Amino acid sequence: MMYDAGESNEILNEFLVESYEGLDQLDRDLIVLEHRGNDPELLGRVFRCIHTIKGTCGFLGFEKLEAVAHVGENLLSRLRDGSLAVTPAITSALLAMIDAIRALLQRIEQHGDEGDSEHGELVAVLAALADADAVAADADSDSPSAEFDADTLAAEAPDVPLVGTILVARGEVDPADVASAVHEQAQGTAQWVGEILVARGAARPEAVKEALDTQQDIRSANVSDSSIRVDVALLDRLMNLVGELVLARNQILQSPAAKLDAALLGTTQRLNLITSELQEGVMKTRMQPIGSVWSKFPRVVRDLAIACGKQVNIAMEGAETELDKTIIEAIKDPLTHIVRNSVDHGIEGPQQRVTNNKSPEGRLLLRAFHEGGQVNIEIIDDGAGIDPARLRAKAVEKGLHTPESAARLSDRDAMNLIFAAGFSTAAKVTNVSGRGVGMDVVRTNIEKIGGTVDVSSIVGNGTTLRIKIPLTLAIIPGLVVTSAGERFVIPQVSLLELVRLEHEEAKLRVERIGSSPVYRLRGKLLPLVHLNHTLDLPHNGWPAAATAVGEPLNIVVVQTDGTPFGLVVDGINDTEEIVVKPLGKQLKGISAFAGATIMGDGQVALILDVHGIAQRAGVLGEGREAAATGGDAGRAARGEVHTLLLFGFGDNHRMALPLSEIARLEEFAPAMVEHTGPHDVVQYRNQIMPLVRLADSLPGVTGTADPADPLQVIVYANGDQYFGLVVDRILDILEVPVTMQRRRTGGAVLGTAIIQNKVTDILDIRRLVETVELDFASSVSEEQEILSHA
Amino acid sequence: MPDATQYCTFRVDTLYLGIDVHKVQEVMRRLDTTPVPLAHAAIVGMINLRGQIVTAIDLRQRIGLAPRPVDQEPMNVVMRTDDGAVSLIVDEIGDVIAVAEDLFERIPDTLQGPIRDLVRGVYKLDGQLLLILDSAKAALSDAPSAVPAESLSHYVPGTNR
Repeated sequence: MMYDAGESNEILNEFLVESYEGLDQLDRDLIVLEHRGNDPELLGRVFRCIHTIKGTCGFLGFEKLEAVAHVGENLLSRLRDGSLAVTPAITSALLAMIDAIRALLQRIEQHGDEGDSEHGELVAVLAALADADAVAADADSDSPSAEFDADTLAAEAPDVPLVGTILVARGEVDPADVASAVHEQAQGTAQWVGEILVARGAARPEAVKEALDTQQDIRSANVSDSSIRVDVALLDRLMNLVGELVLARNQILQSPAAKLDAALLGTTQRLNLITSELQEGVMKTRMQPIGSVWSKFPRVVRDLAIACGKQVNIAMEGAETELDKTIIEAIKDPLTHIVRNSVDHGIEGPQQRVTNNKSPEGRLLLRAFHEGGQVNIEIIDDGAGIDPARLRAKAVEKGLHTPESAARLSDRDAMNLIFAAGFSTAAKVTNVSGRGVGMDVVRTNIEKIGGTVDVSSIVGNGTTLRIKIPLTLAIIPGLVVTSAGERFVIPQVSLLELVRLEHEEAKLRVERIGSSPVYRLRGKLLPLVHLNHTLDLPHNGWPAAATAVGEPLNIVVVQTDGTPFGLVVDGINDTEEIVVKPLGKQLKGISAFAGATIMGDGQVALILDVHGIAQRAGVLGEGREAAATGGDAGRAARGEVHTLLLFGFGDNHRMALPLSEIARLEEFAPAMVEHTGPHDVVQYRNQIMPLVRLADSLPGVTGTADPADPLQVIVYANGDQYFGLVVDRILDILEVPVTMQRRRTGGAVLGTAIIQNKVTDILDIRRLVETVELDFASSVSEEQEILSHA
Repeated sequence: MPDATQYCTFRVDTLYLGIDVHKVQEVMRRLDTTPVPLAHAAIVGMINLRGQIVTAIDLRQRIGLAPRPVDQEPMNVVMRTDDGAVSLIVDEIGDVIAVAEDLFERIPDTLQGPIRDLVRGVYKLDGQLLLILDSAKAALSDAPSAVPAESLSHYVPGTNR
């Protein structure tokens, strides 16, 4: 087949799009059919869809596709005329046929031909089923005249069946009556067929009313006449333009000129209204009902339930709840995974369920609803539930927690362990689970789009997974704050509440554990994180002792990974609808930022990534331990035991490093030191190892080692690259609990602690090496380049 | 060998530099920049260029030169990269010049320091040398950020298309 002309391409595309849509609907209809048995209306719809595909294939010349659709049609027509009853085997075969048609369509879409697969086996199965002996055929609907009438009527109005057709199909009236009523109507009687039938007493009035309702349902489901297809790329462009318009509007609204001129003010207000409406309208065009994702689940659940030998009934509420297309795409996989999980691990086998006094058929409920500008999606099963005790045991076994810290976890925290990386409670990996997508990936994917996921469960009663996601991604509400004179935006989704403490109050209410400030928020310790510290911004606000002037303390309470913490900022400005723009590649590596936006005054502001901030500030700690004990503060207060290497400079300057960070301790004669560029290096294990003289690179440290003595070097390995830290002397290795007294004194010093009754600086070796590394790596590559040119 | 022979030239301190004129989107006077904490030292911040957010890189910092005198008005050379526009902040903008290929030479091995990495070669012009900037390297497009990502960059909504 050649499709060089644009027109035939268009026909082909239309065929593909329509067929895909039809097939999606078929998936759903067949599942319903399996439950309801021979529902003539549904069968009619299924039949028409396959019939249409078959017809168009013939026209376009796709013979293989036509062959598959043809045997399917044969089987369906026998179902429709009642000479066969719907059985699970037939449903499976029909579903397989839909898959085959889908595969062929995909092949056609990608390659323009049908490929080599003949689907011979499937065709044989379908043909065999269609040839099977008739099962208890219903005498009424088997009458040839009914068959004939229903068919001709259906042909006249393929999409909306006539009332008469519906009544005949339901066995309410005799086809002959309908035919004569239609005839009478054609003679000029200004009456509906239904009315004529009722008037003649051929049909019950209720039956006609029911048929009319059914017809109305079908009609309203059939919106193809009032809608057009639009390219998603075009919608994306429109969305971007609207985003720009929103920015321009914000700028005008904030302009002082607009407030002075009354006429301009009026225009501005109108512009404001129109823009808001336009924004809403364009966003709406991108909205899709969540049902478009859910519609695949009955099939998924059916196949999976059969594979696991379980019985599962899936129900949906709020399938019409709408979400942005990008979000729909993004939650498709996580949702599928959760649903599969529920069937595979949640719902028990029929016997187990009966033993537990439940009905043998498990229930899976999908619910979606809007709440506070967000969409909530719940996946509820009535299965075995999750036992927090088992999760705790598993966490200990996997080394994610110590027995003590696991015991301290609340049931809710323990439950959330299912989202931890490398955590699977399934005793055995079935072919359903163990596909490389764990619940940790589910959580990551949902958080990537600014959503949250939470689990609750009652042992023996079932499990509920609750997902909250924003309606749209491109324009989000955010809180504008200032810190160190810069503006930042905190996405509304991470926001819990705002707390403002007047200076006096702040002095009283903010306490410290070690050096970490905490605030008692309704009886719970809330770790405080100073935004300016976390971002290494110059200005130090509260609680530096120097700024004792009566400044209030602004705490933005945010949450990530279920852990709340307080972000201390200098000022809280306003909430604003912001247009999210991605950061340049140069800035992507900074996890503290999620993107940037343009503010009303035309300036750029950064959008904070609360998760990244929490990680930087150490709020999340290891595992979920920190959350249970008050974050950073909790750990510092307990004084974790570390094995430290102590070393010294000058007379009494002591520093320490965790021993686990160190590769080896070495001594080098001064003569071994060579030079490259500004660096001192030694040859070490076939590498050029740069030497970092700590006494020179740390402020306030002075070395007094004799240059003639051998160098005392601590070797640190960063990947393959060694670095040598030159110190005056190595003092000791000891195991001590470390309570950091002062954190982050700047640069490469992590903090200060009292060790062996002496003040000791803890070195942040990674940070130190990073600064050296960039510098050194470039100079080494220079040398290699020179060598290769020589 | 660079195939383009037309270069947009500019000065940074005592250096006379050029980049392929096709890579240059526009040249702008000083623009308001929003600093980005934790970023590479050479990144001055972000600029709003007609609704597009552009990362600005101080070429003096990038090359490792002394900071620009305060009284000197910087210029933005906005160039296109595979990853969107990047603005290089320079001291003074020069002409667009066409240069003959036979004047091209590799940079001498004696050239040391960060600039060695950023320059692809040199044209021997009358009375001065024109250094050709490796725009991708100058724009930090291939370098990792100075600050390591503690986690994978996470929740970047705008990129989700």
